[in-house]
Amino acid sequence: MSIRERLSGNEAAAIAMKQINPDVVAAFPITPSTEIPQYFSTFVANGTVDTEFVAVESEHSAMSACIGAQAAGARAMTATSANGLSLMWEMIYIASSLRLPIVLSLVNRAVSGPLNIHNDHSDAMGVRDAGWIMLFSENNQEAYDNTLMAHRIAEHKDVMLPLMICQDGFITSHSIENIELEEDEKVKEFVGKYQPEHYLLNREEPIAVGPLDLQAYLFEHKAQQAEAMKNAKKVILEVSEEFEKMTGRKYGLFEEYKLDDAEIAIVCMNSTAGTTKYVVDKLREQGIKAGLLKVRVYRPFPVDEIADALSHLKAVAILDKADSLNAAGGALFEDVTSAMYVNEKHVPAVNYVYGIGGRDTKSDDIEGVYNDLIEIAKTGKVENPYRYFGLRKEAK
Amino acid sequence: MTTINANTPMEKMTSGGDIYEAGNAREFKTGDWRSVKPIFLSEKCKQCGLCFPVCPDDAIPVNKDCKREDFNYDYCKGCGVCAKTCPFGAIEMK
Repeated sequence: MSIRERLSGNEAAAIAMKQINPDVVAAFPITPSTEIPQYFSTFVANGTVDTEFVAVESEHSAMSACIGAQAAGARAMTATSANGLSLMWEMIYIASSLRLPIVLSLVNRAVSGPLNIHNDHSDAMGVRDAGWIMLFSENNQEAYDNTLMAHRIAEHKDVMLPLMICQDGFITSHSIENIELEEDEKVKEFVGKYQPEHYLLNREEPIAVGPLDLQAYLFEHKAQQAEAMKNAKKVILEVSEEFEKMTGRKYGLFEEYKLDDAEIAIVCMNSTAGTTKYVVDKLREQGIKAGLLKVRVYRPFPVDEIADALSHLKAVAILDKADSLNAAGGALFEDVTSAMYVNEKHVPAVNYVYGIGGRDTKSDDIEGVYNDLIEIAKTGKVENPYRYFGLRKEAK
Repeated sequence: MTTINANTPMEKMTSGGDIYEAGNAREFKTGDWRSVKPIFLSEKCKQCGLCFPVCPDDAIPVNKDCKREDFNYDYCKGCGVCAKTCPFGAIEMK
């Protein structure tokens, strides 16, 4: 029986970690993820978990300690946000290249500067090519569920890659919602034990981790990582299916909300999907065939599946909560449009950068996007594909 | 462990480049990094034992009589720490 509770997104992540009971948690506090290690350290102090909690002096050290622990053969977890992730950046690449399935809870926040502590996705987008599996969560329930599934995916023998679970800073991390928790025993059984094939503390097999890897070798090791990322797609679906059997909650690579018969649709990630669903329902009442594709698995990027799911539309808008500052649209827009081009699916597409630095994303904003899409669908033409919403500009 | 070399296909390489074997630094001869070379002048050496503990590459062999022998140039990178440490001028950098 699931347990009905009401928790914030950070509490949900911390409780998932408590139920997973990892061997090591090394973390440094940073808004808005601070509460995760804070709650978790109380579980450590109360003896609720067996975890070795390492109160490190920086995020670079947090990831380094996780790498050391995981290479030793332990299950290691951490949490961070924004500039904390920036400081980890060097070690983020080391973790994935050493094929250490570390799990990180990333509470998305704008990377400064100028100084801002509120939500956007610039932190996550900064590591999108670092070889980590990236799951995005619309709400507290998804942040909890994705955390419970994380180790099964990351530690799978065909994967062995680190994984981060993203949720929107403050919007979900500090908002209290109803949530269904699973029983401790069931979680323990589902997550299972971490049994690495090779690890440093195995006295039967002394090994060297992270040796020099020059011209004759690094290329092949990177290609192995890419191969593991491809394998992850299948593993994510298998684990999600097993999770559904236990909880009744269904997860795929992405969620299609009223997309089947939609003519216009929005593609977005995290909490904005909740607001968009509300707008889709409202538009549907008016007879407008609006839909939503919410990306859950951003890395590996489900290229073929997304191209296929959007192929029947008359117009699509891709929302990026981080500006790539490249004069050519946001990262999600590039991923989606490239996927469609390669799959030879041509749908007029438009990009909106929005919500930067915690700028509120209102249902009116989303409705404005759908109104633009109605116009694009009529003519099939996109005047300017690189747009903003919620940005103040001088009236022309 | 099977040997991995510059012809090994990616499918046969270990995950993350891990080496499932101890003492593998022996396989990696770092001597060719050297730009200056220490020369052992045995006639000046008093066998005081100060040089070999400071060698970062374990390139000064010590025999079973606890006497140092000539350099192992397979591994000596030519850092010169031993020459600085020697109180008797028995190591010359060339």
